[in-house]
Amino acid sequence: MSKMSISKAIVAAQREEMLRDEKVYIMGLDVGPYGGAFGCTKGLWKEFGSERVMDMPIAEAGYTGIGVGSAATGMRPIVELQYSDWITIASDQLVNQAANMRYTFGGTLSVPMVLRAPVGGGISAASQHSHMFESWFAFVPGLKVVMPSCASDAKGLLKSAIRDNNPVIFFEHKAIYDMVEEVPDDADYTVPLGKAKVVREGSDVTIVTYSKMVHDSLAAAKILEAEGIHVEVVDLRTIKPMDTDTILQSVRKTNRLACVQETWLTCSVASEVSAFVAEHAFDDLDCPICRIGALDVPAPFAPNMEAYVLPDVDQIVTAIRGMMQ
Amino acid sequence: MEASMKKELYIDMLRLRRFEENVRDLFAAGELPGFVHLYIGEEAVAVGACSAIHSDDYITSTHRGHGHVLAKGAQPDKMFAELFAKSTGYNKAKGGSMHLAAPQLGILGANGIVGGGIPLATGAAMTAKLTNSGRVALCFFGDGASAQGTFHESVNIAASYNLPCVYICENNLYAGGVKQNFDGEYVNEGMDYPRKLKDVADRAAAYGIPGVIVNGNDVEAVHDAVKAATDRARAGEGPTLIECKTYKWRTHFEGEPDSYRPPEEVARWKELCPVHCFGQKLAQENVLSEQDLLDIDQQVNKEMQDAIAFARNSPDPTDAQALEDVYA
Repeated sequence: MSKMSISKAIVAAQREEMLRDEKVYIMGLDVGPYGGAFGCTKGLWKEFGSERVMDMPIAEAGYTGIGVGSAATGMRPIVELQYSDWITIASDQLVNQAANMRYTFGGTLSVPMVLRAPVGGGISAASQHSHMFESWFAFVPGLKVVMPSCASDAKGLLKSAIRDNNPVIFFEHKAIYDMVEEVPDDADYTVPLGKAKVVREGSDVTIVTYSKMVHDSLAAAKILEAEGIHVEVVDLRTIKPMDTDTILQSVRKTNRLACVQETWLTCSVASEVSAFVAEHAFDDLDCPICRIGALDVPAPFAPNMEAYVLPDVDQIVTAIRGMMQ
Repeated sequence: MEASMKKELYIDMLRLRRFEENVRDLFAAGELPGFVHLYIGEEAVAVGACSAIHSDDYITSTHRGHGHVLAKGAQPDKMFAELFAKSTGYNKAKGGSMHLAAPQLGILGANGIVGGGIPLATGAAMTAKLTNSGRVALCFFGDGASAQGTFHESVNIAASYNLPCVYICENNLYAGGVKQNFDGEYVNEGMDYPRKLKDVADRAAAYGIPGVIVNGNDVEAVHDAVKAATDRARAGEGPTLIECKTYKWRTHFEGEPDSYRPPEEVARWKELCPVHCFGQKLAQENVLSEQDLLDIDQQVNKEMQDAIAFARNSPDPTDAQALEDVYA
């Protein structure tokens, strides 16, 4: 085990997989000598050279599509976008090409690529460097969507994503890149895709959450514990395929569900989890499902306005107190 | 060029022509679901280009893709089966006309997104470079797609990294129903065109790569240009942009009224028929006799009729097969 940050865990995962499989390579802007906009490729260019850690021009559609074509012909590219907001520019290659290719071609090829991109607000980056679009991609058959909340999961999930034979979108939260945790050093350590994790056990309310909001949910749970409310926190880890078994198991135990996410609620992950639980465990619920997320406005620049529109620990605490009345 | 090669090129062009004529008739008769875009008139491009590469090289194609796929080595029976939506089709009836693909033959798909295949071909070239496989990728696209951002982004990256990709622009003058530029003879007075440049090949200079203009109705000229470009690509010298000047005889898609093209323009290009003109040339050169031409026609017609029969007699996919192959 080594203590490392999420960004260091991401470097370690890529390094181990590049050593393990020479088909793995990295493309993106500033991934070379610069080491990645958030330091997630630091040292890799020096170790592996320009053929395996390739700086690209600012051409998200072009190099994402090159990743798709390269994956379809036998390589395992990792494409890094500097901010996930710019995935809109690359979306045709992900949604109309990568996601469909295997199916539309009758199963005659696969597209084993990973697209990594930082998400999330809280740093006054306004409306083109803060948003989270996981629900768009989770909507699309053929794609997988992964969102780690801690360093050990970031490493294990990214290694699984690189080994997976499908296009995987890997969203990393900017605000927790420096969060440190003990991480296994074992080169064979992986965390399977599609498995949620109960990160805190409780008997009164289930919070289903992911990414940075796992930590806000845990902080809320700690406050509520002092009031005698025992909160169970489920970290989805993978948005698609979603581990609905773990969600149902938890809700059947606590009989209450709160969905917590940082982004907008309309047609979102929280909407999907709520609908699924309503369909499959309605009779187990003791109160209405509660959804907590961002207000339906673009990310504002002013720190006070951004704090106002994003969910926080207090809001989670208040909402869950309400569910217990 | 050797006589046997010329004969092969002629046969292949005729196969493309007869394939598409049958698709036209079957579609008109309501036998094929969906919609189709026909390649009639552009045969010299696909055949000339694909005859210059190896079976393990890659191509990406377009919505007007039947010709590229057939020229790269796909079998007409499995192609017709796909168009008939039968389980024996190349895509197991999940793609149809606009997605015909056979990765095992290096065919990375027709593509329903204009310009969508350009990064994919560039990615295949990236694979070729990183694995030192010696393979090349041919990227077919139209003059319309040259206006897409993916064209600029991909060619720029391929040029920067010396990727073994050959970009083949089939300039058939129209994007959908919009004429992209005047063709030198049929200028519509007072009309504005959505491309300022007359020649797409001029764009190559912006990327520091060679840009070549070829008569896209001359199969030997296309073959020679693509051979030179692939030699260059295989030698690690990077991509080439080849603009093939040609024309689609049919409208953008089958069933669309031809309201936007001057009839004299269509008639002029029909006189330049790549298949017929090449057949006559080979007759004059004594490569083929009149009897040879008749025999070839008969042989190609039989191949197509057998392929159509195979498709008609193939089973439909089951409903449950709709759920297969979403994930690997």
